[in-house]
Order: sequence, then C-alpha cells, then structure tokens
Amino acid sequence: MELTIKDLDVSFIQGDREAHALRGINLTVGKGEIHSLVGESGSGKTVTSTCIMGLLPSPPVRINKGEIFLDDINLLSLSEEDQRKIRGMKIAMVFQEPAKYLNPTLKIGVQITESLILHLGMSKTAAEEKALDILTTVGLGGGKRILHSYPHELSGGMKQRAMIAIAISCNPLFLIADEPTTALDVTLQEQILELIMDLRNKLSMGTLFISHDLRVVHDISDRISVIYAGKIVENSSKTELFAHPMHPYSRLLLKSIPDAEKRGTRLVTIPGKVPDAENIPPGCAFHPRCPFAEDICKIEEPEMKEYQEGHSAACHFCGTGKIQ
Amino acid sequence: MKLFLFILKRFFRLVLTILIISTIIFFVIRVIPGDPALVVAGIDASNAEIQAIRVKLGTDVPVAVQYVRWMKKLVRFDFGTSLISNQPVMTLIKQRFPLTFSLALLGIFLGILIAIPLGVLSAVHRWSLWDYFGMVYSQLGMAIPSFWLGIILLLLFSVKFPIFPLFGSGSIKNLFLPAIALGFARAAVILRLTRASMVDELSKEYIITARAKGLTEKMIHYKHALKNALIPVVTVTGIQFGYMLGGAIIIEQVFSLPGLGRLFLFAIYQRDFPLIQGGVVFIAVIFSFTNFLVDMFYSFLNPKIRIS
Repeated sequence: MELTIKDLDVSFIQGDREAHALRGINLTVGKGEIHSLVGESGSGKTVTSTCIMGLLPSPPVRINKGEIFLDDINLLSLSEEDQRKIRGMKIAMVFQEPAKYLNPTLKIGVQITESLILHLGMSKTAAEEKALDILTTVGLGGGKRILHSYPHELSGGMKQRAMIAIAISCNPLFLIADEPTTALDVTLQEQILELIMDLRNKLSMGTLFISHDLRVVHDISDRISVIYAGKIVENSSKTELFAHPMHPYSRLLLKSIPDAEKRGTRLVTIPGKVPDAENIPPGCAFHPRCPFAEDICKIEEPEMKEYQEGHSAACHFCGTGKIQ
Repeated sequence: MKLFLFILKRFFRLVLTILIISTIIFFVIRVIPGDPALVVAGIDASNAEIQAIRVKLGTDVPVAVQYVRWMKKLVRFDFGTSLISNQPVMTLIKQRFPLTFSLALLGIFLGILIAIPLGVLSAVHRWSLWDYFGMVYSQLGMAIPSFWLGIILLLLFSVKFPIFPLFGSGSIKNLFLPAIALGFARAAVILRLTRASMVDELSKEYIITARAKGLTEKMIHYKHALKNALIPVVTVTGIQFGYMLGGAIIIEQVFSLPGLGRLFLFAIYQRDFPLIQGGVVFIAVIFSFTNFLVDMFYSFLNPKIRIS
C-alpha cells in the first residue's frame, strides 16, 4: 500500500478572508515506510493529516485542487460514507494527547472493540478476544484488567499504548501518527517510538509520522519531508537529510537542535516565525527569515528539484554552493 | 469494592446531612421570636390554657431537653402530632405523599421526554429548524408562569375539549395536565443544559478519535457524546426532581390536588407548628435522598467520580 499526495492545495475560508493552509503538497509514503513530516506549528502538518483522514470540515475548508491516493483509491473523490468506511479500517490515526483523545466514560475494551464490531462485523466475544491480542501487541499485557479499565485508571504511557491499540485494531494499511510522543516523558517517548517501529515491521503499515521535533524524527524515520508555510521544501532519506541538508530552512532546523558537544556556544534559533497562512510572502515563503535571500527570492517561487537521487529541495540557490 | 466504598461514603454523608439539617431546623424555630403556644392559644387564653399548650408542644422544658426529645423522635420518623387535626404528622404526610410523588415523577418524566431528545437534536443540528424550535421553546418555557399554563390547560382540555377531568385526584388522567404544567418549565431548563453540554462534548478531542475510527455519526452522537453530555444534566434534573417532591404549592392549588404542597401551605395558614416543622424536615430528607440517588447514577455515568 502506498499513499500518494499530489499537488494538494487547501484553504480555510471565512467570509471574504482566505487562509492558504496547503499550497501544493506532494508526498509519497511507500509500503512499510515511516515517512516524517517535519515543520513548525502552523506549517500545515496537521491539516495534511486531517485531510488524508477526510476529517476536514467543509466549510470552512475548501480543497482547491489535488488528489490523495491510497494505492488506486482516490480518497478525495469518495462519498462521505465510503470515506467513513476507510477511516479506522484502512487508514488509522494516533493523536498527540491520549488523555484528551480517549473517551473518559467508556472502558478501553469498548473503545477498542467497537471498530472491530463495526468494520469487521465481529461478535462481541470475538472482538474481545482480538482486543486482548492487540493489547499484547502494543505491550499492554495484563489483558482483561486493561479491557475493563477506564482511561483515567491508566498512566500516560499506557494511555498512548491504548490509543495505538485502538488505531491498529482493524489492521490498517496506513497509520498517521500526529506527534504521538509530544505529550509524554522522554523515557516513554522512546518506548512509544520503538512500538511504532515494531508495528511497522509486524504489520508492514506505511506510516506518516508528524512531528516538530527533529530528534524524535531522527530515531524513527526512513524518509523525511520538511514542510514550511503549506509547502514541502525538502524531501530526502533520513541519512541524507541529516548528513547533507540542502534547503536553508532544513539547515537551520538541524542547527537549532541542542547538542551536548556544542556546550557553551549559543543555541541557534531561526529568527521570526512561520508566516500567517492569510499573508504568505510572495516568492519563496521563507525569504524574510532566510540568511541567504536575494532579490530573486522575493519575486520568484522556487520549484522543487531533485538534486541527487531521492533528494529534492525547493531553493534557488541549492546546488550553487552559495548556501554554506 | 471501590463502588461499595463510594456508596457507603455517600450514604454516611446523607445521614450526616439530615442530622445537621434537622438540628438547624430545630434551632431556627426556637430562635424565631414569640412563643408558639401564645400564637396557638389566641389572645383570650388563660395562663393555664397556655401552659397546657406548652406541655403539649413540649416547649415547657429547657431547650437542651427539647433537642434530645426531638432527635429521639426523629430517628423513629416521629414528627409529633398536628395541632389542628390531632393526627400524627407522619400519617398526614404519608397520606399526601403518593400524590405528590406521582405528580413529580410524571412531571419530570414528561420534562425529560421533551428536553433531552430536543436538546440533543438542537446540538447535533445546530442552527437548524430543530434548534430554533428548541430555542423558542426554552424561552417560552422559562417565561410562562406554571399557574397560568395550568389554567390555560384546564380551560382548553377540561372545559373546551373535555378530554381530562376538571378536578379529582384518583387516576393518572387527573395528574396529566398538572404534570405538563409542571414539566413544561423544567423541560426548558433541562433542554438548554442538554444542548449546551452536548455542543461542548461534540467539540472535544475524543470525538475526533471517534471520527478517525470511522464510526457512524449516530454512534458518535449517542454512544460517545451523549453519555458525557448527560453528566451535568443528571445533576440538575435530580435537583429539579427533589424540589418537585417537596410539593408543588401553586400547581396543586390550581388543580385542587391534595398533595404535600397544599398540606404545608395550610399548616402555615393555621400555624400548625409540629406539621410545619415535620414538613420542613421531610422535604429536607427527601431532597437529600434524591441527591444521594443522583450521586449513585452520576457515578455510573462518570467513572472518574468513584475514586475521588
């Protein structure tokens, strides 16, 4: 199963105001691949994932153009009912704060089994059997007790495991993980990342991993796409990106990771912030914050170009040796 | 086990509440200036007569002794004897309570029947016709006084179209109109709350999870959102029901129903102190007990409450 996003362009419309959230996203996640989408908040990461799930409310959202394919299924052209049948069944999603994203008044067992009963037509007992298996898969052995627990009776890490159990219950082909570790302690982060990698191997799911944290992304990804102001500015394998980042934005992001070896030096920060989706600068959207920007950057928007096999970036000066 | 402990704790709290309430009632009545015996006896009574009434009321002994006696009787649900009818207060209350209870039950039932479905529909289809209908209804429900509604209902459905009897209190048919008059306003309050609470729940994150699981809208609304949305609704509905159990003075008057409300109203007119005192304690006990039941139901809806 492969997920392909082609030229996805999405706006939020309110009255006569328009916020251009996604400006032509191209992205391919192969079978069994963990692909990370990295960017600052407000760059369009969550809009992308919500759009794949078909959960963007319209209005206020308008999909201007673009297509999303899960193999040969064109997700955006499906009826609402067909989209619903794909959600949870073929594509599943894990969210940032398990405490908020689990229903506080339903037992974990009910929250896992309901999709099994709905999508796979299982009986209640069969679904409970299956749920026990799934709990073991996500490292929540102890079984029955967890099924009969309410979310508040579980610890933060257990909640996130339960959340993942809910997501993978119907053996989805594709998983979207929207910052699944951000709300957790560092030690738990590690465990959840391992679990996601482990599941990829067991279930050979393609995974779109959304994060703003490059350190987390470094541990888990096969490929990485860097998103800025609703556009992908660099796409490459993980090793390539960390060894030879091309786009100035990616380079600055990498430099801003605190590092024990750089002790005593000032931490690099990127001045300014992600532009407001209502007021995206002309030309290259990054030019107001870019240390290498020249006149052309203010006028002409750079195209995404492949500079090495499997490594593309969108910058006028990539490959010119100007960016150091 | 956890649940059992929770129930035990709540029950203990119930008993404690009743003890405190009855103590307060006892002292409040003693603090009010004026000797009840003088009021009962009238202006022309002789000292001997007044003294006899004092003995009868039990106010001839020191307050501390009175308090002990009062508490001793209370645990046996003995509120003394009515000065007017000479019957035990508890007997009078027992006679009237079934009617008040049926009326309150039917009233709250009709109220819930209108309010919760309409509230959920309003929240799910916001700014739809249902929602506007709900808004108009709740405005009217809160603005229309129940005695007026009662009179109009009587005029319409007992006089103009004699579907329901004009008076009497034997069957459920007699209770229907007063129950509507009572329930109409309660429904308005419950409706507003249900809508607000449901709208609130539908915007929570776990609803996004439910959508991401591919659940149908029906499952999302009724299985996921409603159970959470009902938590505050249950509390308020329970309190409303508790109030109604104390008797609906105005509605009972309009429909000439012999319920608790009228019993206590006449007790006040006639300065029947033991009956007033017993009535107040009875209402307090019933109210606390309803709250206890609400708490039980609440803990069923909200698992978090059981541990705190």
